[in-house]
This record gives sequence, structure tokens and C-alpha cells, in this order.
Amino acid sequence: MKIILISIAFIIFAPILGGLLSGLDRIISARMQKRVGPSIFQPFYDVFKLFQKENVVVNSSQNFYMICFLIFTVFTGAMLFTGEDILLTVFSSTLAGIFFVLGGYSTYSPYSFIGSERELISMMSDEPMVILMAIGMYMVTHSFFIHDIVAFDKPAIIYLPGVFIGYLFVLTIKMKKSPFDLSMSHHAHQEVVSGIKTEFSGKSLAMIEIAHWYENIFLLGTVYLFFAVSPIIGILVSLLVYFIETFIDNTNARVKWQWLLKSSWIVALVFGATNILILYFVK
Amino acid sequence: MSYFKKSPWLIHYDGSSCNGCDIEVLACLTPLYDIERFGIINTGNPKHADIFLITGSVNEQNKEVIQNIYSQMPDPKVVIAVGICAASGGVFADCYNVMGGVDKLIPVDVYVPGCAARPEAIIDGVVKGLDVLEQKYSQKNNTDKKENA
Ligand code: SF4
Repeated sequence: MKIILISIAFIIFAPILGGLLSGLDRIISARMQKRVGPSIFQPFYDVFKLFQKENVVVNSSQNFYMICFLIFTVFTGAMLFTGEDILLTVFSSTLAGIFFVLGGYSTYSPYSFIGSERELISMMSDEPMVILMAIGMYMVTHSFFIHDIVAFDKPAIIYLPGVFIGYLFVLTIKMKKSPFDLSMSHHAHQEVVSGIKTEFSGKSLAMIEIAHWYENIFLLGTVYLFFAVSPIIGILVSLLVYFIETFIDNTNARVKWQWLLKSSWIVALVFGATNILILYFVK
Repeated sequence: MSYFKKSPWLIHYDGSSCNGCDIEVLACLTPLYDIERFGIINTGNPKHADIFLITGSVNEQNKEVIQNIYSQMPDPKVVIAVGICAASGGVFADCYNVMGGVDKLIPVDVYVPGCAARPEAIIDGVVKGLDVLEQKYSQKNNTDKKENA
């Protein structure tokens, strides 16, 4: 019963929160560029408008994939917030990503092809570190269940500083922020137009946006796990991390995929794997 | 209620403009004018756009491109011709390859005068275009209702 209630609360409140965060992101970005920026509700206006637009479809399966992407993203977040298995959460988030990529491939546009390919490479880059994060959590708390991880009496960050740094690094990839936004290029659509999203319009584009709101809340939720002992600090750090991501987004130029892959694996090895090795021998 | 006024996304295409008008369009994005205040985004992707902003005239080479972009945009959509060239061909009207203004090819909803059109005028034109967008949306809604009834 409790699980159902939490899931419903997540389904209702996560997009509201996620939308506000993304509005905040746009205002902060604008301020960093000495502009005023849009209203904080702008992402909601955008999505409402998209629902009123005509839905141009090149392939009837493309919307199906995006619905799956949305459903699995919601499912992932709901699992995290109801305290289920962290490994399952990681797997279902990957599955959601795969649906997103399939949606991109199904539209036959050269731009979305390149975008999908790059999205696969991004997933390859961030996955090792995400798995290491789950392993680290297990080594500290001796449980893969998120409700046990949250209930652990010390903050996991004490044991996992390296994993946290590595995780922050791949969070930029997960949130699709510059310099790692090569699959969609969120700002100023050039180079690959808008990558995976190129052929999506109207309702399906709105669904992609909403899925990203859910995803962001899910990702910040995983950051929270490192500080779960004190909820206030956890929430503050999550917000700070979001601000840092916005800052990185605005101060870095897009990199090539080779650099993305190399750097993220090196970071995972140097910070993540070393941290876990030390933990293995010391604990 | 429609949200087009709150979130117009536009695509900018340079026909055979001298680049004067284009610079002014880009000036709208700068901190001085900052059109993102109104939720306006320069998308560069016809499938995401509500407003088609054209600078410069139509010529024999780009008429298919313009036609293509226009038909790729999902309804409701609005076309804004920026500058005299886009309105009538302007100083280039007599060139051997120039067809004339944009309305020779696709229906134009708003004409922004000027050579080059000032950023204020362009923003004004976009705001005018929003009314047209709203109108088109409610018209479409009404015809849909009639068809269903
Ligand atoms: S209207 Fe004037 S400034 Fe604009 S493209 Fe034509 S010649 Fe250039």
C-alpha cells in the first residue's frame, strides 16, 4: 500500500519539480550570459504548447518507442523512491535509454542516426561508473536495497568520496549537459540539428521533455543517497549538484565522442575503482 | 486556452539576403534584446518550429528548400518575411535568378519592413505573428469540432 502511495506521489510531483528545476536552469543560464531569461514556468508552457501542435510522424513506431521511454523512466524513478533494489533501478534506467535510442533510429533521419549512435556511446561511457556506484553502496551498507542504504547510520559519502566524484562526472553525461550533450545539442541546434529529437514534434516531443524531468529528479535522488542520513543536507547537496551541472553546461564546449569515452572511463577507473579497492582492503 | 503566445519557437532561414537582416535577427538573441524572455527559442529544426522567419528573397536555387522547410513544419504555423528583400525582392528584385518576395512561393502572414529590419521591428513582427498563430489554432479547433459533429 505504501509503495503504491509513494509511486503515485512520485508520478504526480516529480514532473512538477523537474519542470521547475529546468525552468530554474534556464533562468540561471540566462543570468550567466547577462540576460534576463524566461519565466520559471517556461518549460511547462513549452510542453503545453507542444501538446497543442500537430504530431508529424514519419514512422508509426517512433511514438511507441517514446511512450516506452517515458514509462520506463517513470518506473525507474518510482523504484528509487520506493526503496527497491538499486541494481534493478540501474538496469531499468538503461532500458529506458535503449528505447530512446531505438526511437531515434526508427525515424531514418541522418541527424537522428548520428544522435542515436552518440547516445549509445554516452551510455557506454557512463554505465561503468553507475555500476561502480551501486557496488560501492553495497560494500558500505551490505545491501542493494535502497531502503537499507537510506537507513544506514552514516552517510555513504564518508566511505565513497572517490565514487561520488566519479558519479558527478558521469552525471553530466546522464543529464545531457554540455560538454557531453553530443546526442541532442540542447542549446543552439547546429551540427546535428537536435540529434535524436530531430524528427519528433508535438506530443511525442512533449513526452520526451517530461521524461527528462522525471530523469533529472531520479538522478538527483541518486545523489541524495550519498547523504541520506540527514535529509536536509541531502536535498541541499542535490540542488547544489544541479547548479554545478548548469554551470558546467554554460562554461564548456561540446567534446568529441572519443574524448567523452576516454575521460569517463579514466575517471571511473581512477576515482571509482580505486575507491572501491581501498574500501575492499580497509574495511 | 492556447499556449502559443507563451512559447513561440522559430526557425530562421536566410534566402538570398545580404546578411544585413540576418545579423539583426541574431541581434535579437543577444543580452540587449534577449528574446528568450518571451520564451522565444531559435530552434534550427523545422519540426520543432512554430514560426518561419525568412530574410532575403526567393531565388531559383532556394525555392525548393523554402518549400521543404515550410511543409515540414507542423500546424499551426506562421511565416514572417523580414526585410524588404523578403517582402518584394528589394534591391535584388531585378536580378536574373531572383523570383521576388517570399509570398511568390508560400503564404506570408507578417511583413517586417526595413533595410535592414531593426531588431525591435523583428520582435514586433514576431509578436504580431503570435496573434495569427493563435487565430489559426482556434480556426483549426473549430473546423475539427464541426467535422466531428
Ligand atoms: S532588406 Fe536590406 S539588409 Fe535586409 S537582406 Fe535585403 S538588402 Fe540586406
